[in-house]
Amino acid sequence: MVRRTNVVLRRIYPIAPRDLEQAGTVSTHVRRELLALGMNPDVVRRASVVCFEGEMNMVLYSQGGRIILLVKEDRVEILFSDHGPGIADIDLASQPGYSTAPDWARELGFGAGLGINNMEKNSDLFKIRSRVGEGTVVRATILVGVPFF
Amino acid sequence: MQLTQIAADLGLECLVPLEPEREVRGGYCSDLLSDVLAHTQPGDLWITHQRHLNVVAVGKLREVAGIVFARGLRPSLDVVARAQTERVNLFVSPDPAFAVAGKLYRALHP
Repeated sequence: MVRRTNVVLRRIYPIAPRDLEQAGTVSTHVRRELLALGMNPDVVRRASVVCFEGEMNMVLYSQGGRIILLVKEDRVEILFSDHGPGIADIDLASQPGYSTAPDWARELGFGAGLGINNMEKNSDLFKIRSRVGEGTVVRATILVGVPFF
Repeated sequence: MQLTQIAADLGLECLVPLEPEREVRGGYCSDLLSDVLAHTQPGDLWITHQRHLNVVAVGKLREVAGIVFARGLRPSLDVVARAQTERVNLFVSPDPAFAVAGKLYRALHP
């Protein structure tokens, strides 16, 4: 039997494309929410990094979308879904150093080609699904320790 | 080492009211945000040339002890305001990043 763990917290944040003024505010909000729940600082830091990288990718490259934060008893799940343009080659996009960032973004310190890599490294479970012309969905899970049953 | 002591030793100009009890444990020097997110440790002093709004978010998420803008680079007022709200320590140093890092290293490892 698969035991479903309770959802402790659910938040949905809309993400506007190219809105660098607001970029980073979702991640800082997620961080605050997790700290308020009394979560382990290491889990909070990892979730914050995952969220920031995903948020920046959506702001810089997507046509907008949303981020959903789901906190369950044993895990933090962050879901990113956007309205396109989609990633043609996910393996290539995940390669450290690969970036399609325009010069203006690189000058601001983005586009190091480490975003997806950072997300993956800070997650326990990580999955990207994408279809060109439709959009991308990323699910990042950080386990906070399996509760005893 | 305490942040107030480090700020005094390095001749840093403080842009937001300090959290005086904050400890500095190390330092990191980079202008690539993903690199900073991947490699800074909580309590590091982050030395950079980037001075836009997202820098405050990165510093906050990694819980750096403070951000030092090298070579006298000054962030705009909205960056300072955001740092104040988020309680992130911001500094300006007249020195280039190399010298800031050198002075910090000497202060932490005398």
